[in-house]
Amino acid sequence: MATENGKEARTKSTDTSGTPLLRVNDLKTYFFTREGTVKAVDGVSLEVQRGEIRGIVGESGCGKSMTAMSILRLVDKPGKIVSGDVYFHGENLLKKSRREMARIRGRKISVIFQEPRSSLNPVLRVGKQLTEVLRIHEGINSKQGQARAVDLLKEVGIPDPQKRSTNYPHEMSGGMAQRVMIAMGMACAPDLLIADEPTTALDVTIQAQVLDLIRNLRDEHGMGVMLITHDMGVVAEMADIVTVMYAGTSVEEAPTEELFEEPLHPYTQGLIASIPVMGKVKDRLDVIPGRVPDLIDMPVGCRFAPRCKARIENQLTKCEVEEPDMLDARPGHRVRCWLYESENAS
Amino acid sequence: MTDIAKTDTDNLLEIRDLKVYYEIKGSVLKRTVGVVKAVDGVDLAIKRGEILGLVGESGCGKTTVGRAILRLVEATEGTVSFNGRNVFELPPSEMKHLRREMQLVFQDPYSSLDPRSKVGDIVGEGLRVHGIRDRQERHTQVLKALQLVGLQEHHMRRFPHEFSGGQRQRIGIARALVLNPSFIVCDEPVSALDVSIQSQVLNLLKDLQGELNLTLMFIAHDMSVVEHLCNRVAVMYLGKIVEVATREELFSNPQHPYTQALMSAIPVADPKAKRERLILEGDPPSPLNPPSGCRFHTRCPEAIDRCAVEEPLQIDLGQQHLCACHLREPVKTPEAIG
Repeated sequence: MATENGKEARTKSTDTSGTPLLRVNDLKTYFFTREGTVKAVDGVSLEVQRGEIRGIVGESGCGKSMTAMSILRLVDKPGKIVSGDVYFHGENLLKKSRREMARIRGRKISVIFQEPRSSLNPVLRVGKQLTEVLRIHEGINSKQGQARAVDLLKEVGIPDPQKRSTNYPHEMSGGMAQRVMIAMGMACAPDLLIADEPTTALDVTIQAQVLDLIRNLRDEHGMGVMLITHDMGVVAEMADIVTVMYAGTSVEEAPTEELFEEPLHPYTQGLIASIPVMGKVKDRLDVIPGRVPDLIDMPVGCRFAPRCKARIENQLTKCEVEEPDMLDARPGHRVRCWLYESENAS
Repeated sequence: MTDIAKTDTDNLLEIRDLKVYYEIKGSVLKRTVGVVKAVDGVDLAIKRGEILGLVGESGCGKTTVGRAILRLVEATEGTVSFNGRNVFELPPSEMKHLRREMQLVFQDPYSSLDPRSKVGDIVGEGLRVHGIRDRQERHTQVLKALQLVGLQEHHMRRFPHEFSGGQRQRIGIARALVLNPSFIVCDEPVSALDVSIQSQVLNLLKDLQGELNLTLMFIAHDMSVVEHLCNRVAVMYLGKIVEVATREELFSNPQHPYTQALMSAIPVADPKAKRERLILEGDPPSPLNPPSGCRFHTRCPEAIDRCAVEEPLQIDLGQQHLCACHLREPVKTPEAIG
């Protein structure tokens, strides 16, 4: 199974180098709008190791995509990365010039997005746009490009790649278009692949194919993968380690099995209990009361406090006053919650 | 033996051999250049007071079935009987009356509510259409429907944009409930919602169904949601129903290779659930040119020669379990063949 492969790959990679492939440190990206400051990403820290699939899970508006865009420095006005560091191979991406960033994007770090067909250029043949990245970064000519395009399409499992490379995006199904996007992402053999909801627009049987493909590519090439999704099922099946995000910040981080077995943050607990799981029918689903806070008007203290049952049960007064830091609750398991403060101190 | 649609008073709704075809016209001469068989021979019965799940992937025709039942699209062939009367043959006046009984909840709570109308008017529109002139009466009924879905009186004066996705879906459900229907088609009502909100709406639907003794047809692509909510499940593939069974039976004993693949493909939120994965190859074929024989044979891991030639009929496997697959036919004894 994938998780086993992941563990193998991880131990291998830690041998080769001590520094993680990607280390994001207290990243903050704000949007300065007329209505106020939207704190889209507000203190996210995470790491991605070589050969590891890091799942980022959270509901819409929690800042998971904006974290990815910030890593790539693709934040448009009125948004701005206000503070934090993004170390990639030990170098701070936030200190790079625009030209240096352009050499990293697509070559060292590539992205695949949710909607494959709107991410492709409708008037270019897929073979041509597939190798654009190679022409830019490696300076190959169009004849070499054509041959590489066919190879890449073959690698992502597209039948009849010769013919398909001359297709336009509209001649392909959604699943096939997403394979093209992945082929494009893999063209320069990146060290880090950011997959932002790569299968959300696809049907389940096609989703299974695409997830399988991403996993196989990771196993073969040993790249790090940052997999952003809202689907706890996708995370459970794909990720080696998971970061749970809520209202712009990370609230919990743990190896996948541990996270599902023993979620610590009340939000994670609520999230896991609120999804129907096939084969485990219960009469009623648990519900997280209330709704996600407005990113302009964030509660003081813990962002989850207004919806948190555990806060009331444990009579914690601190939650509404002061925001907790990420605490080491267990080895490799971190959580942003005052409930675990004492455990941390001892 | 395969005829499930025998007239049965337990059944609120009976669909027989329903077909919905769309003609594709050429650009200049408007000649028909092709026919999309969105729904191609569906037989299905819905019992009173049950929640029937209709699952399948995009383009399989599940939404079209729901719309054809409500006559929002015209069926090409077949019949739909509601309480024993053929919906397709009713005169317009009676059809209008019947529409009070059959309602629809849409998938996208953002685009299905008029942004320029107040919630009270959106929910009350059905009452106006059905001739309830008295404002006070309408107000009372709208309020009752809103309270059923957990909203309050002051919400009536607000506009849709002031609500979150989950609350909007509640408004959509209130709109369906206001006319006291007995049957509601829910077309992917939770797939546009975040997971923590999704569970609120699913619980609400379950409660309402029990309280108001509703019959629901729940159209979805998410098998986990269907397993949670439905009593019986029908699986569609490319315009046809391939398997129907009670929830317990279908999920513990799926028979059709497509149902098995569909269940195996769903990511389960339990990293310890090590499963034998069955990943289908290729894409679903186009309904413009469906494969011969069994429509699933091009992707079926178990297909035999016969599947490409002969279309399988629904076989009764007992315990209300129907499955359309040649491989699931009971083995014939030598005497029977001879």
